[in-house]
Amino acid sequence: MTKLDATDLPAPRARRTTALRGGANTELIAWLFMRISGVILLVLVFGHLFVNLMVGDGVHAIDFAFVGGKWSEPFWQVWDLLMLWLAMIHGTNGVRTIINDYAERTGTRLVLKSLLYLAFVVTVVMGTLVIFTFDPCPPGSPADLLPSFCAA
Amino acid sequence: MASAPAAPPSPAPVPAPRSSRGRSTLYRGTEGMWSWVLHRITGVGLFLFLLVHVLDTAMVRVSPEVYNDVIGTYKTPIMGVMEAGLVAAVIFHAFNGIRIILVDFLAKGPRYQRVMFWVVIGLTVVLMAGFLPRHLGNVFGGGH
Repeated sequence: MTKLDATDLPAPRARRTTALRGGANTELIAWLFMRISGVILLVLVFGHLFVNLMVGDGVHAIDFAFVGGKWSEPFWQVWDLLMLWLAMIHGTNGVRTIINDYAERTGTRLVLKSLLYLAFVVTVVMGTLVIFTFDPCPPGSPADLLPSFCAA
Repeated sequence: MASAPAAPPSPAPVPAPRSSRGRSTLYRGTEGMWSWVLHRITGVGLFLFLLVHVLDTAMVRVSPEVYNDVIGTYKTPIMGVMEAGLVAAVIFHAFNGIRIILVDFLAKGPRYQRVMFWVVIGLTVVLMAGFLPRHLGNVFGGGH
């Protein structure tokens, strides 16, 4: 029997050289991401709500022409794209945390997280495509439904 | 031989388990717990709305008519009231998130977490007081 020498034990407060699982500490990255993206989302979402619901006629002014007008400017394309990606990652990670908290069976967690990640991929891909393949002046549509610049 | 069996122990007074009601713990039922509960509920609600909202916005790729029909449902009185709840959830979640960051990163954050919860509630009420007249005016009033 080998004698365990006290010097074989790591010092009590020694920094662990490897994370518990995986190489990088993904939970630390997720924790940090929630805080950084949260602050950015506060600005993006408050701006989104202010421009769409407070200015002018608010929700009554939202129609195809309104969206077409906004997305003809790269500024709002980038704004909405950033908002889409950050909000989807932030929200998906939040729901992932909740699933980990409440779904106790491994199978249940697997099913719920699979559905969650599927919803993430579908929504992000669809939203991104919509922002960049959008035609504000689709041919054959009544002119009164389109942004005014389509007539020019 | 064996001595007479010991008399059953007299029912010694067992201390009652701590009541789940009342301030029996530092956390349960206090501002910290409600902040956590509200953050989760508003978070899940906002995520579900986000999925629906990307889908309804995607209708711009179908046709102007379809998009205007779908977004028209957002202008009805019932949806208008639900939008007000949605905006309130956004404002609370945003400011409570800032509160969480301050609790995490400021040395004195945990000491002021309870005060900060009421600041979050106050800010939510103030912003909603600015938003509600405008929004409900758009939904119920003219604005057509």
